[in-house]
This record gives sequence, structure tokens and C-alpha cells, in this order.
Amino acid sequence: MSTAAQSGDPAGPTVSVPSIPEEQIVAICETYANDRHRMLDILREVQDRFRWISPKVMETVARQTGLSRIEVEGVASFYSFLSQTPKGRVTIRLCDDIVDRFAGLAEVAGIFEQELGIGMGETSGDGAFSLEYTPCIGLCDQAPAAMVNDVVVTSLTPERARQWAQALKAGTPPEEIVSERFSELTPHARATEQVENNIRHAGAVLLGPVPDSAGLKKALDMAPAQIIDTIEASGLRGCGGAGFTTGRKWRFAASEPAEKRYVLCNADEGEPGTFKDRVLLTERPHLLVEGMTIAARAVGAREGIIYLRGEYVYLRELIEEVLADRRARGLLGANILGIDGFDFDLRVQMGAGAYICGEEGALISSCEGLPGEPKTRPPFPVNRGYLGFPTVVNNVETFCHAARILDRGAQWFFDMGEEGSHGTKLFSVSGDCLNPGIYELPYGLEVRELLEMVGGEDAAAVQVGGPSGTMIARDSFHRRLTFDDLATGGAVIVFSGERNVLEIVEYYMSFFVHESCGYCTPCRVGNVFLQKAIGKFRKGLANPEDIDYLKDLSGTIIETSRCGLGMTSPNPILTTLENFPLVYSAMVKPSKDRIRATFDIQSAIEGARKLAKRRSYIYDRDFSK
Amino acid sequence: MSDQDITFTIDGVEITAKPGQTIMEAADEAGIYIPRLCDHEGLRHQGGCRVCTVKANGRSVAACTQPAAAGIAVENENTHVNKMRRDLVEMLFHEGNHLCPICEASGNCELQAMAYRLEMVDPTRFPYLEPCRAVDASHPDIALDTNRCISCGRCIRASKDVDGKGVFGYVGRGIHRRVAVNGEDLAHTDADAADHAMSDEVCPVGCIIRKRVGFVTPIGEREFDKGLIGYEIEGKRRG
Repeated sequence: MSTAAQSGDPAGPTVSVPSIPEEQIVAICETYANDRHRMLDILREVQDRFRWISPKVMETVARQTGLSRIEVEGVASFYSFLSQTPKGRVTIRLCDDIVDRFAGLAEVAGIFEQELGIGMGETSGDGAFSLEYTPCIGLCDQAPAAMVNDVVVTSLTPERARQWAQALKAGTPPEEIVSERFSELTPHARATEQVENNIRHAGAVLLGPVPDSAGLKKALDMAPAQIIDTIEASGLRGCGGAGFTTGRKWRFAASEPAEKRYVLCNADEGEPGTFKDRVLLTERPHLLVEGMTIAARAVGAREGIIYLRGEYVYLRELIEEVLADRRARGLLGANILGIDGFDFDLRVQMGAGAYICGEEGALISSCEGLPGEPKTRPPFPVNRGYLGFPTVVNNVETFCHAARILDRGAQWFFDMGEEGSHGTKLFSVSGDCLNPGIYELPYGLEVRELLEMVGGEDAAAVQVGGPSGTMIARDSFHRRLTFDDLATGGAVIVFSGERNVLEIVEYYMSFFVHESCGYCTPCRVGNVFLQKAIGKFRKGLANPEDIDYLKDLSGTIIETSRCGLGMTSPNPILTTLENFPLVYSAMVKPSKDRIRATFDIQSAIEGARKLAKRRSYIYDRDFSK
Repeated sequence: MSDQDITFTIDGVEITAKPGQTIMEAADEAGIYIPRLCDHEGLRHQGGCRVCTVKANGRSVAACTQPAAAGIAVENENTHVNKMRRDLVEMLFHEGNHLCPICEASGNCELQAMAYRLEMVDPTRFPYLEPCRAVDASHPDIALDTNRCISCGRCIRASKDVDGKGVFGYVGRGIHRRVAVNGEDLAHTDADAADHAMSDEVCPVGCIIRKRVGFVTPIGEREFDKGLIGYEIEGKRRG
């Protein structure tokens, strides 16, 4: 009798799994006060300890939190890092971003498969290992990279992959493979042991010298309204991609009558090619919390949340340590810096593998213990956000900027960059260039200038702002990195002339298909159709009319989608159609006999072959043999 | 019309709305039909199918969730808006397995009726996704054929908010998101044929089927044999 059957899970997993004592699930729920809003924490903890969310677990969690099983299942089935089948004791998640693919992912994956004796997407029979792909984990500057349980491995070569696989097979805990002295290292040293920061250019605002709590101390002498005035005067705009004016966001939240307000930090950078927040979280965590504390004072919030993407779990203890340190120093908690009534504290909310949670409303849903679905707007989060209260959601970089602006003044920040795009911006550069990494630069640089800095002069294509941004060709390298020209949350991905543009586009469409929440029709279904259409182009089965089809379908998806994901998901197609038209027209050229093979009879009859369990008399020429 | 009421236009016709009303609610009262599938009278608005997309001052919004605002100019019936709606309806057809001639809901089906209203008459261009979903006939009185489900979630809201039960819910993400039941199968839930969620009006397609009542109303005498979908709302205006 299997251990799973003893625990009352007749689903009959083929993989050996420990039994899940009900009292332990109850205890986990009680750790979170049986609060349904902490559902993601509860399920993450169950997953970590028991490696899957069994039907029985869902029933227990539902009973404890006062929900129905289907509501728990709705959450458990939404997030990629939660599993409804048993996972291995060690789960290896290889990042399959296009940058990793171009950096030799296939070979690395082959080594893991060979050494562990399982294929991608499989779990070994003894329950030791699971091997799977995952979208961008924020390490494109050191690709190929992978998560191994809660640690990350970077710059994987076939040799390095083999070493890791063999050490894991020998039973070495992943942490000890990172460093034999892992347990003695500080959280910061643990992080930098795993990941290079790759700071290539430090600017004046964020990555240069930053005095401790200078901005917060100045904020104490200011009225909340003055803080907001300062942020507004600095010209600071949101650094996550959308670029909304930060001061206005704070003003809206502050002016909404409410009994409490919240400040949330979006540390869920999931846009492929973006990894700037990773470096800020590693090197400037105090500045981030300082910025959030200032925002809390400005809008009158007493509680906050840092929503940390599941892929950055290796940074969690570093952030927790910073929070504990600040509490001990009176910079967080009750009566901050001795000011009566200035109370603010925050918690870290771990994500669990869902790009959509970087969308403001979806992030709030996720913090509330729900599937990460965007919320209907209006009401906007500044009016009714987390648990229905006015909520400020800003990106990591935005909060860091805010803290520096309070210290150095609005004018100092305003004078950098240019009209409409003030201050500096962190660019995360990856792909075919000599020096991938982080560049803090004032807004307004031409793409060409950035390419010279990063050693990417041979670029044939540059993806600015990740897949939801713009892909440009050589004839557009004079375009500038500003909100008004090429807006970006920070991702700049460089592709050389050897790369196949359509391969990149197809990958990005598969990413959006994987990450759509599925709430609305156009994004859920339309993106699948776009992905299939690009596949037709790649196979050489497309017609000239298919170019119009791509544009037409993209238009409907953009105009009818419910949130930013669907409003930008066709961009890989639309911007390459515009900037690389020859790539498409080359694939739809009429053949010499003017007949286009838009229909592949062989694949069309494949299903019939399987059903009939024989080959075709007409189309299988060698049938008689 | 009270002091707080606001006015705006839909396709040039002036409409009055009470404070807090959505564009669709105001339009319904005024006898102007805005196509919809996931929205249903008496249930919370969801804004998921997007078939009710209108242009409000040139910007696309879902009429079922967008509050009416004073002075806005809403475009409802025009070639462009209806073309997008038709695309969405075609997407729903291609996402599932919708074989009208053999479906019990034919003639009562809102998806089919919407296709007629939006003149989905040309051959469609989208690929068929042809999902393969098992039929759940476990319950003595109700069968579920989710091959026909369009993920509108009306049954979810009806069961939770009207019946106070929670028989249904969404699971999964993206193209794998679907309506599922609160248990191993429908027989293991507290579903009852008398639930509002199981009534003819809640499921817009032929997914929720009550056993032993199929074809009681013959084809030719069914809901949309009487008129184009939306005729009852539009009738208020003509009347």
C-alpha cells in the first residue's frame, strides 16, 4: 500500500510521496490564523513541505479558511509553482527564455535529462527529482540559468550542469552545492554567491553612494502634502513599464476618504529580459523600504506588502533581515524615529510563478489570496485596492527613486533626463552583447549609444521593453529611450544577425499564451491563434493574406482585452511586421509554379492514420512496400 | 429623472442613467440592446467575454462593468465594433466544440443567437482548438458537457450568489482555464436540478443539461426562433 493511499489520496500518484497528516495542514492554516487572504502563503507552505496540493489538502484548507474546495483549487491550479501532482524532493526549473535558448539551453537540458534519467516535465519514480521549464527567472545576463528548489544556478555550461546534477544525485542539498559554508554566510553573501550583480554603470541616483535613511529623515520634517508635492515636482514616473506619474498616484490615494490605506511594492518583474529589480533588491533593499516608508507617510498608510516574485525566493531572507534590522533601529514599526503616531510595517508576500501578477490589480488579487486575475477598473487601486482600501502600488525602482528625491530634492532629479522623462533609469541589458548587466543612465539616450556601451554594436535587432515593448531594426537605432519614444520598464535584449526573428516572435507569443490569466476571451483565445499563425509562417505554410490576418486579429485582441497583458501581447508580431517586413514577406513568396503549400496534407491526415491504425493508400507512397 | 441623474449618448441617442449605473444597465432601461454573453440579469457583472465592448469617447470599454458618465459618447452599433464582437464570438466557437445541429440547446443558445445577430455568415478563419473534455453525467438529474462551455461563469455566480451553494468555480489559467465543479464530479456536489444555476436561463449554451427534458420544446418554437437575441430589450423602446 502506498503512503499516498494511507493519507487518503486515492488519486494514485505513481511517484512515491510522503503521507500528508491532516493535523499538519491544519497547523499550517493556523499559522496564518486560518485567514483566506493568506491562501497563497498556506498553499506555498504545503507545496514546500509535501510537494503537492492533494485533493484532500484542498478540502482541509477549505474547511479551515471557510471557503469551498473549488475556491482553493482555483488558487492552487493558477500558479505555476503550485502543483496538483506530486513533485520531486528537488525541483529543477530551467529558464527557457529565448536568451537562454540562444545561450545553449538545449544542451544543458539534455545533460540534466541524461544524468537524472527523466525527461523535461517529468518526476523521477523515486520522488527525488522533477525537471521542468519555466519562463524568464530574471537572470538573462547570466543565461542559461535555473532554479533548484529555493536557490538559483547561473551561467550553466554542459560541464557545470553535469556537476550540479551529479552532486544532487549524490544527495547534496542545493544550498551546499552553492557553497559548502552556505549556512555560515550572511543572507547577502548567499545571494551574491549565487548571482552576479553585473552592475556595469552606476548612475547618480540609485547605484552610486546612497546615505542611510537620509530621505526618510527629511520626510519627517515635511507635511504629507509636501512630500507628495516634492514627488510630483520631480517628474518621477512609474518604472515598471506603464509610466504613470508617481506623485499623482500618491495624491489620489491620500485624498480618498478611508479608514486605512496600503502601500504595496511590485517586486514581480516578470517581463522577459528584465532583471533590474533583482539588483536593487540585492544591493539597495534599505532604500526600497525607506521609499515605501516615505510613501506610507505621504498617503497615511500603516501597513504595506512587498510582493516578491516566486523566482526571487532566494532573496527573501535578505529582505526579511533588512526589515528586522529596520524594526530594531526604529525605522519601521510603531512611532518611527520617535514620531508619535507614525506607524508603518510591512510583510513579504511571495508569488508563485505567474507573470500576470505584475499587473497592479492581479498583484492585489494575489496578495488577497485569490488567483492572480486583474480587477475590474474602475474602481482603481488608489480608490479601492487591497481588501477594498486605497492602495498605492509602485515598482521597486520607483520607491528607491522616491527616497532619493526626498534626500536630494525634486529639482536635482528633475534636471536629469529630459522633458517628460526625468531622472535616471535602470536598464537590464542581455543577449548578444559583450557586457550584459545593469546600466543606470539618464533618460534620453539613443539605442545606438547604449549598444556602444554594452558592446552590442553588431546588433541586428533590439527588443526594447521586453516582448510587450518594441522590436526595432538597425534603421531605428537612433530612437531614444524615453517615455515618449521607446518606453521601457528596463529590458533591452540585443539580437545579432544570426538570430531568427520569427523564432523570437514565436517564443514571445508562447510566453503570452502561457501567462494569460484566461479571464477574458480575446487574450485567452486570441493569443493562441496568433501563436499558431506565427507557427504557420515559420513552417513556410503562410499566405500573403496571413499578414493581414495577423494585423486584424492583433487589433481585436488589443482593443477588447481587459488588461495590459492582452493590450500589448500582439506587440512582438506588430512591431516586427513594421520593422522587419522582409522577414515576413520572404516567408510568403509565391513558389515558381505559383502554388503555395499552405496546407500540409501529411500532418492533416496524421490523426486519421492514428484512428485507422494504418497508412493512407493515396498519400503514403511506400504503402505497397 | 432626479437631480443626480446623468445623461450621455449611445449612437447619438440621449440616455439617462442613475448614479452608479453601468453603461449596459442604462442602455437596457432605455431599450437599447448591447450584445453580451457573460452578463445576465440578476447576476454580478464579470466583464469577461468582452462581447459587450463599446467605444466610450473613442476608448474601448466593457459596457457591463463601465460606469455611465455624464456627457460620454458611446458607440454601440457600428461596423468596427460589431466586427470585433464577431471575432470574439468566433473565438468562443473555435475554443470549444460547438456542433449546433446535434446540440440540445440549438435555438435557445445565446452563442448561436449572437452569431446570427452579428452576422457570422462567412466561413471563419480561426483554427479549431478541438478540446477533448469528458462529459460528466454522474448526477441523476443533470449532465455537464463542458465541450460547449464558453467560460462565461454565469453558473458560478448563480450558484454562489443566488443559490448560496458554490457548486461551480474556475480552475486553471490561460487557455486551460475552465469551469469545474466543487468535488470529484457533479454527483459529489450539492447540485440540485431546482437550483437557479441549473435553470434554462443561466447557462447560455448547451453545457448544463437537465436530464429527461431534452427537446420538450420543439425546434422552431424556441427562444430565438421568436426573434433576434436582444429583441425583448429592444422591444421596450419600440413599444
